[in-house]
Amino acid sequence: MNQALLDKIESEQYRKNPITFAVGDSVKVHTKVVEGDKERIQIFSGVVIGRRGHGMNSTFTVRRISYGEGVERIFPVHSPRVEKVEVERKGAVRRAKLTYLRKRLGKGATLVKEKEGRNTEAAAK
Amino acid sequence: MLGLLGKKLGQTRIYDEKGILSSVTVVLVGPNRVLQCKTQESDGYNAVQLGFDDQKEQRLTKPLLGHIKKQNGAAVKRIREFRDFSLSVKPGDVIGATVFAKGDFIDAIGITKGRGFEGVMKRHNFRGGDASHGAKGWRRRPGAIGQRLFPGTVMRGQRMPGHMGQVQRTTQNLEILQVREADNLLLIKGAIPGAKGDYVVIREAKKNRKGSAKPAAKVEPKAEAKKK
Repeated sequence: MNQALLDKIESEQYRKNPITFAVGDSVKVHTKVVEGDKERIQIFSGVVIGRRGHGMNSTFTVRRISYGEGVERIFPVHSPRVEKVEVERKGAVRRAKLTYLRKRLGKGATLVKEKEGRNTEAAAK
Repeated sequence: MLGLLGKKLGQTRIYDEKGILSSVTVVLVGPNRVLQCKTQESDGYNAVQLGFDDQKEQRLTKPLLGHIKKQNGAAVKRIREFRDFSLSVKPGDVIGATVFAKGDFIDAIGITKGRGFEGVMKRHNFRGGDASHGAKGWRRRPGAIGQRLFPGTVMRGQRMPGHMGQVQRTTQNLEILQVREADNLLLIKGAIPGAKGDYVVIREAKKNRKGSAKPAAKVEPKAEAKKK
């Protein structure tokens, strides 16, 4: 019963508009950024290379190549600061964690779904 | 001095309205039954006696049961007095989470988790010996505990291995992030002493009183400005 109360508190925090994407997808993550008194939306686009955790603690990692340098950002799934996640392109992958992408550059870092053509990550941006 | 008896349910995390995640301890603080109100005239000091958590009547001693029955109260497991209770209550009242409000600062008193017989590294944060460089059998030892023939004795209070935990500890100035009236829950920022299911005392913070300059008062105007 105690756990039920804790679960209740947690489930209230869950996001109202569930985000749906899979590992390997190219996504645009819309995040709210507060600058002084103003709030604006910042977009981080890249490839989802993993998800972890359950419930409130679940996060996902997005990787992109920015000015030739690999950048990874971890977002909590239920954070109210994550406005929405747009799926740009589905990726066909056979792993739950795409850590092998870290070693790859350029075309090797391409994730393709059948019939979608071969676009590099850079081109997808 | 406001206070409540409660039970620690566990910890979780919540987002505030700005989207900042903080870890909270969930404490069940009700129903608290007022068993007795002591006054200057009758007892020589002002206090309120609270009882918490239901108990079978047969488990109480008859004198204690008689004391509770005097106020038409139900049998309770824990009883504690709070001096100079700033809320006006009378015997028989049932109070709960709403005694406190969001943004209040509280002290949490509980019994820490028992650790058993522990060495100096865990118990007193000694650094132990080297892990490498040829260290052998000297990794978690306390080191020297005294001098030579003079003083020829180990100084009193020398920190050594021994029993750790299961003692009363107070964590001061914790902020209340949420008051949930329906379930009689307080969500308190940070950790409080004790294991899940342990009894705790939540009382008004002694050192950071309501109304004094404190972070919560400073944050509020900013939050309002954001809404506009």
